[in-house]
Amino acid sequence: MELSRDDIAKVALLSRLQLNDEELDAMQSDLQNMVNFVEQLGEVDTDGVEPMAHAVELHNIFREDKIAPSLPREEALANAPDEDGEFYRVPAVLGD
Amino acid sequence: MSSWIDLSANELLSQLEAGQVTSQEVVTAFLDRIHQVDPKVHAFLNLFAEEALQKASVVDERRKNGEKVGLLGGLPVAVKDVLCMKIGATTAGSKMLERFHSPYNATVIEKLEQADGIILGKTNMDEFAMGSSTENSAYNGTANPWDLERVPGGSSGGAAACVASQMAPLSLGTDTGGSIRQPAAFCGITGVKPTYGRVSRFGMIAFASSLDQIGPMTNSVEDAALLLEVIAGHDPSDATSLDRPVPNYREALKEPLKSFKLGLPKEIADFNPDPEIQKAVEAALEVYRETGATIEEISLPNLKYAVPTYYVIAPSEASSNLARYDSVHYGYRTDRKAMMAGLEEGDSPLVQMYSQSRAEGFGPEVKRRIMLGTFALSKGYYDAYYLKALKVRRLIRQDFDRAFEQVDAIIGPCTPKPAFKIGEKVSDPISMYLEDLFTVGANLSGNAAMSIPCGFTSENLPIGLQLQVPALEEERLFRIGHLYQQVTDWHQRRPSLG
Repeated sequence: MELSRDDIAKVALLSRLQLNDEELDAMQSDLQNMVNFVEQLGEVDTDGVEPMAHAVELHNIFREDKIAPSLPREEALANAPDEDGEFYRVPAVLGD
Repeated sequence: MSSWIDLSANELLSQLEAGQVTSQEVVTAFLDRIHQVDPKVHAFLNLFAEEALQKASVVDERRKNGEKVGLLGGLPVAVKDVLCMKIGATTAGSKMLERFHSPYNATVIEKLEQADGIILGKTNMDEFAMGSSTENSAYNGTANPWDLERVPGGSSGGAAACVASQMAPLSLGTDTGGSIRQPAAFCGITGVKPTYGRVSRFGMIAFASSLDQIGPMTNSVEDAALLLEVIAGHDPSDATSLDRPVPNYREALKEPLKSFKLGLPKEIADFNPDPEIQKAVEAALEVYRETGATIEEISLPNLKYAVPTYYVIAPSEASSNLARYDSVHYGYRTDRKAMMAGLEEGDSPLVQMYSQSRAEGFGPEVKRRIMLGTFALSKGYYDAYYLKALKVRRLIRQDFDRAFEQVDAIIGPCTPKPAFKIGEKVSDPISMYLEDLFTVGANLSGNAAMSIPCGFTSENLPIGLQLQVPALEEERLFRIGHLYQQVTDWHQRRPSLG
């Protein structure tokens, strides 16, 4: 399929990647090449084939509901770009 | 004494056990080697020299006092920087994690430490393990020790280069589409991608969770057997790790296979491997015939679809895994003042912070893959791309299952071409992706595979032979590989780095 510049801009927004005009151009051509490349899968007859998401069959594993220590707050916040000692800080989400 | 670096890990271990050398002396010899050649190779991102010598002295003391010493007995190990460690930064080769200090150790790190392995440092890699040349690292590339103008392969390029240039006797890499085997082939070492689930992924920074696996990169199959024995096993922290006993792999090497069948996929010829690589593989087949193996032609009809299947599934999983880099909990965040000043009417400051931080923190290849994965998973395209790829994945797996009914192992070249020049493929992502042609199948199907050295090109570049076995048949894989290394000496060749 042909990817328009709007398609690229939409995927960039979904990906939370800010791209300038030049980067959008480069991405449009790169992504188009990649999409063309993977489209050869369309040749394969997959009628009636079960999708395979994992190499081993996954099943639920239950453990005892026991209280165990978790990461102390200090350590959890230690890598944060911005925090106030109790919470992670981000720019205002709601308008003022 | 510099000759310690010439020994294999198993040989060093015997010397350590016999009291001929101390762990401190061994660690010192490898650190000296690192100082001597790493400025040329740039395999390491970070060294833990002081901690390593300290730990080595503890192991030496315990051995001297007749106390129990772990399986690695004071041997040095290098670790790919995608594995979380409490000391130093864990960067995954990304600017995003430049200052990330993990609050915990990956399970494999804990296992190395319990086994008295001495961790020398963290090795360079393509950013988030995405790449086949280590050129995508945010911290400069790594050179191939056999030709400093060529790439070491990737994404575990530092891990391969440090073993090849004798800076570490043992090294841990990770393999999502060939990231252990392809650099092992390019650098002339032994690299093993174990069965999916054989080794816990807890604390390995995720790229594509259904494909990622940690494995040994070493000088020989015997050394890989030792290292896998240490790191394999079930882990409650990784629900996909297999709850199966870990065999004594080195013991298995002592019982050679009597007769076995190797399958050569006829489709390999369709991809025109380099003639010198074909010649080396044919010579390896002859070696196996002489040891009593039979070679049969097999068919993997969907081989040509393996790379496109992988390049839908891996980026899809990556786009989801890398969504965690939100610049809130950890990782790089853009400058707040500049970001706020650039806001336009109606922009959400939070979305802008995410988007700008991610744009500045990730490199071009990571962005491409996030974009491709997001596209393949997005509404309207999911069925045509992602679901389609999952179905082809099943067909690829069935090809392998059928082949393994016919033969004990699949044999062939690990890569279509030898190591390429630095910069040669950076502007052509698809040609870089085709590096994974022969290796991605094992990741998609989950079986175990290995690359071992099987010769050199006329330009003195190493050639890798790939062996693949069914899931959980690592003992068979090691026996077949070890047999070859007992009658050839390709794995003992070393580059002349001065």
